[in-house]
Amino acid sequence: MSGRFAELHLDQVQRAFGDTVALKGMDLTIKGGEFVALLGPSGCGKSTALNCLAGLLPLTGGRITLDGKRIDDLPPEKRGFGMVFQNYALFPHMSVRRNIGFGLSMRRTGKAELNRRVDEAVRLVQLEEHQHKFPAQLSGGQQQRVAIARAIVLEPPLVLMDEPLSNLDAALRLEMRTEIRRLHQSLGLTTVYVTHDQEEALALADRLVVLRLGEVQQVGSPEEVYAHPVNRYVAGFMGYRNMIPVTVGSQEGEHATVHTEAGVKLVGVKREELGSEAVAAVRPEDFAVVTEIGANTIEAVVEIVEYHGREQAVEARLRDGTQLHVRTNSRLAPGDTITLKVPAERVLVFA
Amino acid sequence: MTAVLERASLKHRLAEKGVDRVLWLLLPGAVFVILLFVYPFLYGLQLSFQPKGGGSPFQNYITFFQDDYLAETVWITLWLGLPAALFNVLASIPIAFRMRGRFRGKRALTTLLVIPITLGTVLTAEGLLAFFGPTGWFNRILMALGADEPAKLTHNYWGVLFSLIITGFPFAFLLTLSYLSGIDPTLEQAAATLGASKRQRFRTITMPLLAPGLAVTFCLSFVLAFSVFPSAVMVGNPAGETHVMSIAAYETALRDNDFAMGSAIAMLMALVMLIVIGVVLIWRTTLYRGATGGKG
Repeated sequence: MSGRFAELHLDQVQRAFGDTVALKGMDLTIKGGEFVALLGPSGCGKSTALNCLAGLLPLTGGRITLDGKRIDDLPPEKRGFGMVFQNYALFPHMSVRRNIGFGLSMRRTGKAELNRRVDEAVRLVQLEEHQHKFPAQLSGGQQQRVAIARAIVLEPPLVLMDEPLSNLDAALRLEMRTEIRRLHQSLGLTTVYVTHDQEEALALADRLVVLRLGEVQQVGSPEEVYAHPVNRYVAGFMGYRNMIPVTVGSQEGEHATVHTEAGVKLVGVKREELGSEAVAAVRPEDFAVVTEIGANTIEAVVEIVEYHGREQAVEARLRDGTQLHVRTNSRLAPGDTITLKVPAERVLVFA
Repeated sequence: MTAVLERASLKHRLAEKGVDRVLWLLLPGAVFVILLFVYPFLYGLQLSFQPKGGGSPFQNYITFFQDDYLAETVWITLWLGLPAALFNVLASIPIAFRMRGRFRGKRALTTLLVIPITLGTVLTAEGLLAFFGPTGWFNRILMALGADEPAKLTHNYWGVLFSLIITGFPFAFLLTLSYLSGIDPTLEQAAATLGASKRQRFRTITMPLLAPGLAVTFCLSFVLAFSVFPSAVMVGNPAGETHVMSIAAYETALRDNDFAMGSAIAMLMALVMLIVIGVVLIWRTTLYRGATGGKG
């Protein structure tokens, strides 16, 4: 089973382990050529979803169809999806070349064809110098390249990646991220990518699926999810680090006027139907330090200042005790009382 | 304060030279090994070169190979030890393979498989006699099913082989299980996603990674089986088809009072074991022996 497909459809896919349901009826349609990221913290069901797709975990409910054909009852070896494992899972007793050629030799590919395709894959991930080494002789980044080459050499209809960068150090992670994006752009292989790192997901994916406790929270393009999170959970994941507890005052169209516990009035964008209690979500970089108290300003006392080069990361506290995270160019010192201003369209109000 | 510093720096200086004082804890163990193994071994070795009747120092060894009744013991013992070890290792592979995952009753089953270790050879022999003997359950069932005469499964080769399998299997099984558990299960998953069937996964991934461990398991199982003594007497035919080397050594030394000849037989026993282990370990060097899990 290889080549392109038009649509992979997950229909109410469910997976339970005993009494705990790791994935609660997931619906998702993946189009051929797409790069989809499953995003969420550990325990959100993203790896479970990936293993269900790969066939490594049988479903306990629902179905998966590829262009209308049911595949969830097929074992992994019959699905022919490539998978990159978090720990790479390279075969330690085989050279880099034999690792990469493993899938081809299982398919009884002819020797000339096998060598040609392995050569091509080795070149694609720039491992020419290391192709005769064993996995234990390679660095983490090189092992990662072998794992990717091994998965894509078969040109599988779907490539599954399970947090492939989480074992690498920060600099290498950025480099490999670009590499993965480059491979996807040049080969156009449909990819499902699991990560807990929102930055990685935003950078790589055409479409994000945010999961929480086994349930899909939001599906959308990186821009959509980043700019318009549907609930406070997705907002928290998309960099809205400040969740200020507020009581709801008046609501007018898409705006809501809310009050902090200390009585400060804020105007924000209403993202959900609101009761009397709500949270106002603000990104640290959306606060501006101003000199005058006015509309949508709030007073806080600086507690901790971290120097980050162009800007400072500041932890401040409101009069009612709520902690705020602020990023600013202004030079502040602990103990300073500051006035922070945030534009109304940058405040999201969630139930 | 300075005393502490100096003490630390002494430890540091010793460590630089590769001296670890914790290793002194090995000293009592080393003394015991020397007293209880090295000394008796060397004593037996020199004794074997002092034949009771005088003559060439190699007279005992010459006698051994000239006396068919004695020379034969080598083959008799090998013919028991090799099949028993081979069976135990091969049988433990599929069972260990099944026992890797989680399933209901795993602990009970493991206990059941390992219990024979605690029985000891005497109890096992008694059980074998009761079960496989001419009037034992096995033969009663056989007779009830219409057999003409009871199958002879005790006081011969088979009795000893069964006993070696019963007592030797748990060792082989536990070792194989631990070697198998050391293989990262994601390797097999990776092979599956690359299109390898169950059989191909076993042949190309599991077996090559397991083989070095199996070689060691085989060696240990073989050594256990080769030094068979009590069961060869109790459920075997110690004067005939199960006249193994350890019985020959025992009889010569303690019944015939020829300690020198007894030592020579014991030395030959050690030599045969070393040859078998040597062959297996040489084969093992041709295998992959690196890490079998994690990041490879």
